[in-house]
This record gives sequence, C-alpha cells and structure tokens, in this order.
Amino acid sequence: MAISKEEIIHIAKLACLNLSEEEIEQYTKDMQEILEFANRINQVNTEGMDETIGANRKDNVFRKDEVIPFANREILLQNAPSQDEGMFSIPKVIH
Amino acid sequence: MELYEYTVHELVKKLENGEVTSTDITKSYLDRIKEKDPQVKAYVSVLEEKALAKAKQVDDNRKAGTPVSQFAGIPIGIKDNMCMTGIRTTCSSKMLENFIAPYDATVIEKFNKEDMVYLGKLNMDEFAMGSSTEYSAFFKTANPWDLSRVPGGSSGGSAAAVAAEMAPWALGSDTGGSIRQPASLCGVVGLKPTYGLVSRYGLVAFASSLDQIGPITKDVTDAAMLLNLIAGHDNKDATSINIEKKDYTQSLINNVKGMKIGLPKEYLGEGINEEVKQAILDVAKKYEELGATVEECSLDVGKYATAVYYIIACAEASSNLGRFDGIRYGYRTEKFNDLRDIYKNSRSEGFGPEVKRRIILGTYVLSSGYYDAYYKKAQKVRTVIKNAYDTLFEKYDILLTPTSPTTAFKMGEKSNNPLEMYLADIYTVPVNIGGLPGMSIPCALDSKGMPIGFQLIGKAFDETTIFKAAYTYEQNTNFRENKPTFKGGEK
Repeated sequence: MAISKEEIIHIAKLACLNLSEEEIEQYTKDMQEILEFANRINQVNTEGMDETIGANRKDNVFRKDEVIPFANREILLQNAPSQDEGMFSIPKVIH
Repeated sequence: MELYEYTVHELVKKLENGEVTSTDITKSYLDRIKEKDPQVKAYVSVLEEKALAKAKQVDDNRKAGTPVSQFAGIPIGIKDNMCMTGIRTTCSSKMLENFIAPYDATVIEKFNKEDMVYLGKLNMDEFAMGSSTEYSAFFKTANPWDLSRVPGGSSGGSAAAVAAEMAPWALGSDTGGSIRQPASLCGVVGLKPTYGLVSRYGLVAFASSLDQIGPITKDVTDAAMLLNLIAGHDNKDATSINIEKKDYTQSLINNVKGMKIGLPKEYLGEGINEEVKQAILDVAKKYEELGATVEECSLDVGKYATAVYYIIACAEASSNLGRFDGIRYGYRTEKFNDLRDIYKNSRSEGFGPEVKRRIILGTYVLSSGYYDAYYKKAQKVRTVIKNAYDTLFEKYDILLTPTSPTTAFKMGEKSNNPLEMYLADIYTVPVNIGGLPGMSIPCALDSKGMPIGFQLIGKAFDETTIFKAAYTYEQNTNFRENKPTFKGGEK
C-alpha cells in the first residue's frame, strides 16, 4: 500500500501541521518505508483475538466525581503565551 | 576515592555514620558536573543553588538531631520529562523550552518527602522519541565511554550522567527501551518496571499504554532501593495498580540455584553484532555455572513487536501531543492572523522533525480507512505477543536476551534513517508491548571498549526474580571495575 504525497498533505492537515515542500517529500518517502515495514503485522493470524486495550488491567477504574478547587489561578496562567485579566487570550474567533 | 565514585547504598551509610555531609556529596557531584558536562552534555538544567540549599537544610536537621529519612540529602538527576514545581520541564523540545511545571509528578512528590537533592534535569530525545538523544532540540549528549558515540536514548542524558558519575542515580522513562537501551550503551543498570507499578502522573505523556518511569543506577542494589522509593499505587494514575508494597532489597540474594532461564533464540539471530552475541552466551554460561538452568526457547512473534510498537506508540503520541496548541502553555508562533494559524504554526515551528514524523504516522494509522488495517490489527497482534510471553513464563522464571543488537553507534550514523533508528530497539520493544518488567545489566566491553548489556525479562509484577538474578550475576562478576574513558572528544 503506497502512500501518496496527497495523502501526506491530507494527514498533515488533520494533525494541524504545516509542511514545507521538502518535508512533504521527506515524510512521503519515510512513511512508505515505515509502512512497508509495519505491514508485516498482516502475517500474524489474529482470528478470534481481542484487542489489547490496557497493558495490565482489564477492569474499569472509577472514582467519585468530586470538584476539587484549585485556587492558584496565577500558577495555571504562568505558562500562557498570552493572557488578559486572568484568562487565556486568543485572536477573535467570531467575526 | 572521590565521593562521586560511590554507589548510593555506600553514600547512605556514610551519611548515617556522620562520615560525610549531604553538602560534601552534593558539592562533589556539582564539581564533577562542572568538570565533565562540557564534554558529555547530559544536563539541560543544573539546579546548583536549590541543590546546595536542600543539602544544607538536611545537614542542619541531622546536626540538630531531628530524625531524617533514609535518603535525605542524597542527590539525584531527573529526566527532563517529569514535572517539578517551579522548575523548567522541557522534554528537550522547543515546544516546552520555557515551560515551568505548575505541579510535582508523583515520583517527585515521593522524593520531596525523602528530602532528596535534585542535581538537575537531564537531556533526552525530544518528547522521548528516539534511541540516541540526537533528536534533542537543544544539543546532543555524548557517550562517556567514547565522546564521538551516542549514549542511546531516549533517556540518554540520565544514562550518560550516571555513567560519567555526574549523578549517583537518575530517573528515566521507558516507552520502547528508553531506559534499558541507553543503560546498556553506557554500561549502567536500567530497569523498566512492570506497566502500572510506578505512577505516570506528571510524566509528560508520549504513549500512555507503554510509558513507565524507572531507575538508572550504578548497580543492582541501588536500582532496588530506587524502585522501593517510586513504586506504589496512585489515585492520580488510573492505570497504576493497587498491590501490596514490596521491599525489593529483600530480593538481593546471591543465589540462582534451580532458577529456570529461557534464552529466546530469535534474539540471537539476524542483525545482532557477533561480539554482543558472544557476551550474551557468556552470561548464559555464567548463570549455568551458578546453578541456574538455561534453555533455548522461541519467541517467534517477537519479530512483529517493532511494527506493532511504532503503530501503537505513534497513534497514542499523535493523540497525546494534540494538547500542544500554543494557547495555554508551550511555544506560540509570532506569525498568525487567526486561531487556526496559532495552532498550525505553533505546532509546525515548535515540534522537531522526528516528533512530526511520528505524529504523521500516528494520525495516518488512526485515520478513517486505515484504522482497522493498522491500529486495530496492531492491538490484536499485541494480544498475540502478550500470550506468547505468558506461554513462555509457564515454563521459565525469567528470560535472558541482549538489550541492544549493537554497542553505541557513532553520532550521525542513524539519525537520517528513521527505520534503522527504530530497529535499535528490537530487543526492548516487545517488553513494553507485553507490559512486563525488564532490566539491562552491564556485562562486558567490546573490542572498541564500549559496554554491552544483557536484558532480563520477568513476569508482570515479578521484579523480585529479576533483582535476584541480576544481583547474583553482579556479585559473581566484576564489570564495575571498568570506568568510562571520555576518549574521542574533539581537541
């Protein structure tokens, strides 16, 4: 299953990445090689096999849905590239 | 003998006897870092002031007769993907270059309770994606045994720091071999615990169903002590398991008589370096001499593990790294007109080439039309591999394999060929697929003077047998008489 440049462009869009012409070339080539290698999994008979979801536990983990207030707003905002009046600031969305 | 040359269990005794102070030990390491790190480049940040302040506080407490915990005042290095309040946590990525963690990882909380001393944060492949630490966005770390070679990865900074005695021990994280492979390439001990034994809370996520935090140490005893400190159930990590707490130092028993060791033949087949193969056969012979039985066995489906791994790990990574959008934290582009531009440009400028490659692969295998063929199929093959391990462990107590097919390779040798780099992990990846514990123990030097490590794989939550076998080997051999030479540096 060869992957095309167009597919890489589509995937990059889904992943929210801009790729340069060079990167598109490079990743198309890389993906072809990696997927060719990955296709070997089709040699394994998996009939009747379940998918492994968690590594070592199959039970669901529940906890009470409790609100635990975190008072230090400044600490949460300290890494924001842009903030205004105690809020994350972004460009106008609705025009 | 300098203080930085001792193991942690030796340093703990010296502190208890009052022979040395934490300040003495901390200074010894900080001086060593000043001397060696310009060549090795293991540290992203050195926390000199904080370390000395903490050491002094512990010394003052000891002097005043206040009871202190066993590891109070012992220094440690931390891989730079674990959060520490108020400290830069970069994942060696431009994306998080200025990120100050707002909380402590659970493992750090545990160290804080012990009053341990943080020497600094250690270099890694960006977001732990790589096997050589060459994919760090900041700088490459060198192997202390030959500075022109890689230390392995992704916990290359942690392994190189311990090997170069710039930290008595360190934490790494292991998603497909990122503790064991660099430990092997740097001649130190590295343990990936069973998935679920150590809380991942505060570890920046790469592939959540595979990631585990674990110790990188000078010897097996230190590894048992460090695992004691970090293991345990945590409500903040739903995948951590609530089992009775063990004291792993109780497993440091010099006796493997009657132990059944399986030697999977596929691990010694195609692609392995002859010297590595010979070293592993020598280890097998040693175990037989010591009273264990070593028997060849087969793990045929192991050859699919690397393919399964890159599908699952990249799928999970593409989802985990979706959070980096340039809004709440992390790098934000300067070039934008609207919100969409911020997302796209911040991610494109903030992530390095290998991270993008894996996001693309992961997005592809999860995308409509390919999900069943790749992701779902890989999840099923994962079950087949887990079952194959279960079958082997009905017969054997433990498995013996090489950790890495080769010793440390030259910088630049594989960094332009992603698939070749991925194959550096063929012996370690299956262990993460199975969620099992695995340890790399140094056993020999090759003809170039580079360390070779062997891997012991145990049943889930049976670190005990690994420690027993590793300790017995270590007590009856003398690898630790070898020291890194720091050769191969540019003049």
